[in-house]
Amino acid sequence: MPEITREEVAHLARLSRLALDDHELDGLAAQLDVILGAVAQISEATDTADVPPTTHAVPVENVHRPDVVTPSLPREDVLAGAPAAEDGRFRVPRILDEE
Amino acid sequence: MTDLTRLTAVETAAAIASRETSAVDVAQAHLDRIAAVDGAVHAFLHVDAEGALAQAARVDAGEVTGPLAGVPLALKDVIVTKGVPTTVGSRILEGWRPPYDATVTERLRAAGIVVLGKTNMDEFAMGSSTEHSAYGPTRNPWDLTRIPGGSGGGSAAALAAYEAPLAVGTDTGGSIRQPASVTGTVGVKPTYGGVSRYGLVAFSSSLDQAGPCARTVLDAALLHEAMAGHDPRDSTSIDAPVPPVVAAARKADVAGLRVGVVKELSGEGYETGVQERFDEAVALLQELGATVTEVSCPHFAYALPAYYLIAPSEASSNLARFDSVRYGQRVGDDGVHSLEEVMSITRAAGFGAEVKRRIVLGTYALSSGYYDAYYGQAQKVRTLITRDFTAAFESVDVLVSPASPGVAFPLGAKLDDPLAMYRQDLATIPSNLYGGPAMSVPAGLSEGLPVGLQVMAPVQRDDLLYLVGGAFEAARPFASTPLTWEHA
Repeated sequence: MPEITREEVAHLARLSRLALDDHELDGLAAQLDVILGAVAQISEATDTADVPPTTHAVPVENVHRPDVVTPSLPREDVLAGAPAAEDGRFRVPRILDEE
Repeated sequence: MTDLTRLTAVETAAAIASRETSAVDVAQAHLDRIAAVDGAVHAFLHVDAEGALAQAARVDAGEVTGPLAGVPLALKDVIVTKGVPTTVGSRILEGWRPPYDATVTERLRAAGIVVLGKTNMDEFAMGSSTEHSAYGPTRNPWDLTRIPGGSGGGSAAALAAYEAPLAVGTDTGGSIRQPASVTGTVGVKPTYGGVSRYGLVAFSSSLDQAGPCARTVLDAALLHEAMAGHDPRDSTSIDAPVPPVVAAARKADVAGLRVGVVKELSGEGYETGVQERFDEAVALLQELGATVTEVSCPHFAYALPAYYLIAPSEASSNLARFDSVRYGQRVGDDGVHSLEEVMSITRAAGFGAEVKRRIVLGTYALSSGYYDAYYGQAQKVRTLITRDFTAAFESVDVLVSPASPGVAFPLGAKLDDPLAMYRQDLATIPSNLYGGPAMSVPAGLSEGLPVGLQVMAPVQRDDLLYLVGGAFEAARPFASTPLTWEHA
């Protein structure tokens, strides 16, 4: 099934928000081809037709807490770890293109 | 005078409680030890001398008591610590000081445990050698030219080099047990949900589990008890009593216990010396009164591919939070690049090669057109692996195998071959997929290097691991690290 192309890897990198350079894309395409070749072995497990998927190791149910306001982290403590903050908020680069 | 760094955690706590020594002296002895040897070992990414001595002083003042009060510990850098740098071995979080403590961190402090610092690891816990750390590899104290295992190589190496008697690791596919195996130490992955994941930087949320690392089985049990238990802040935390691990470690008796040798976890891919030590270990358990049978778990053959689809898929989602907005590094914010471009530039600069590999692999496995064949199929295989465990535990109490297919390999040996690195987790992955607890205990040497025996138990029967590990240790005390490089 595998055989992943360089264009596919470039597309996946875009989806993953990774600005990879040409050298990285070439390397990754070759490595992913080998890795996918190995994990494709999963299709050899043929007795899976009526098997339900396991998403979690132990059965999990939604956990609820009472809907009351409790103290959260102080805003300045949280913003102290941010790369850029301004006026009590996270500062981000521009979101819209200027065109 | 006794060398305080050579004591077990139990001995250390007793010496402090009886005022034979002080917690501050114990902490200082370990800080001195780190200063003396960590240049060669590189187990630590950050040493918190001030915090350690302050906590030790609280113990000496009688403000905190408990079975491990005053005992020093090395904390894997994937567990957040308020005000103390937490990098997860990645450049992307360089310089970040978390605004809160993980539940594990809180519980360690409440138990009077003295956190010496944060230990080195493969970036985001992705790796089996600690060579994928952005801050340089950790070296194996048994042989400095070799890897200490991974991802928790720093925690395991700190124990083997006598820099700390206790450590905390996390295990997604073997990151506690494989380092324990190759450094001759004890490492336990508790039942999934047994220890809170609140404040554990997520890699693969359905598999990640924090657990204890130590030089003896009883020390590991005491740490297990201090860390474990229900936490309302983790929705996957098990709301049930912690299995009686300390009592089991003290009982240390396998008479009448039914032990199953997993047929599929041997043979091809396992080194001869590892197989020999394993066979001897099984014979010893039999001598100690256990009944041994061979058990087949046919779907374990697919555990490795299932894991390398599920874990990268979850990682590709979890690591989306490193977006250069809320914490860590930001690269390329020059007023020209847009937010999305800055995110992409930051992530490309901040993540290492293995992390990028897994994010892209996971994104692929989750993408439309491939989802059913890869991620969906892996989740079904996960069910079959769980059924193999359940069926096996109908006829035996515990399963055993080698913990790692080989002894510590030379640094660099598998760095250019991701698949060879992934195969280090052959024997440890099944328990993560199933969710049951598993332990690695030292089982002698091959080529002068440690081999680990893995014990696997049913969900919420963590006590059985300690029963077996304790009996094994009592019959065959673990070898001390020779530290030939230090005395050369």
